[in-house]
Amino acid sequence: MEKAIILAASAIGAGLAMIAGVGPGIGQGFAAGKAAEAVGRQPEAKGDITSTMLFGCAVAESTGIYGLVVALILLFANPLIGML
Amino acid sequence: MNGPQIYFTIPVLGGIPITETIVNTWILIAFITTVCIFLTRGMKIIPTGRRQQIAEKLVTMLYNLVEEVMGKKYIKFAPYIGALFTISILGSLSSLTGMRPITADLSTTLGWALVTFVMVQVNNIRAHGVGGWLKSFTQPVVMTPLNIISEIANPISMSFRHFGNIAAGMVITSLIYTALASLSSFVLQIVPSVFIQSIPIFQAGLPAILSIYFDLFTSFLQAYIFCMLTMVFVQSAGE
Repeated sequence: MEKAIILAASAIGAGLAMIAGVGPGIGQGFAAGKAAEAVGRQPEAKGDITSTMLFGCAVAESTGIYGLVVALILLFANPLIGML
Repeated sequence: MNGPQIYFTIPVLGGIPITETIVNTWILIAFITTVCIFLTRGMKIIPTGRRQQIAEKLVTMLYNLVEEVMGKKYIKFAPYIGALFTISILGSLSSLTGMRPITADLSTTLGWALVTFVMVQVNNIRAHGVGGWLKSFTQPVVMTPLNIISEIANPISMSFRHFGNIAAGMVITSLIYTALASLSSFVLQIVPSVFIQSIPIFQAGLPAILSIYFDLFTSFLQAYIFCMLTMVFVQSAGE
């Protein structure tokens, strides 16, 4: 019974942890929009703008990745079951 | 999804497990070494063969990138950056051949990130001396704990970023494969033959499109980001 409760709570927790994906999504969309504006203003600097944008997007992604790692740990390597 | 499978255990120091990740890394190291030997065999001062031209083009690109990001002073880091980029990109792309990608294991990326961490600290000590290195943590004195935490958070965030991207791609791909298999067995129920029902027809085609994003694009991007961050951190530590 306790195990069932822990498993259910872990699954819900993994789902809640993935709410962290909202932030990077907004941030990356903002970065991509600004990059599109910059390319529109200065089409000759397209290569530099694209690489800078990808770099910034990947760095902004790390908060979402933390949420993902928490969710993966809860689903596949749950430390709470061992505490019973 | 399971963790990497343990093939055998070396019975020293309480048993060192040799996992699928380590064996795949050995295969990749052997592959890279073979390609390097093949490309650099019989080099001439004026290149005539196509092999040497490819090798020179790759090395020139690498040195230009390192010089552009880090400056002329740090050009000696170029071989390390090149090695890191090559093993990272091949380690992620090896998932295309059905191998388990070595970067979908936190041990691999954490190891690389710790190498970067040590390089940053050593470079900082070299540039400022031990006193200056310790002083750099207490720049505003109130912020000392936060400075130390942010220094330790760097390797953790770098390793989690690379591991998380590749592992998430692996999880999503396996979820898609399972979903497509049950979808095709559901649709094929109308055919009265067990053999035809067991063919997962929907698994052909669609996963390839997803694989372009999750394998090709993410692998290139993460290898590039990891090397870029290494270069930027090491360079700014020596300023």
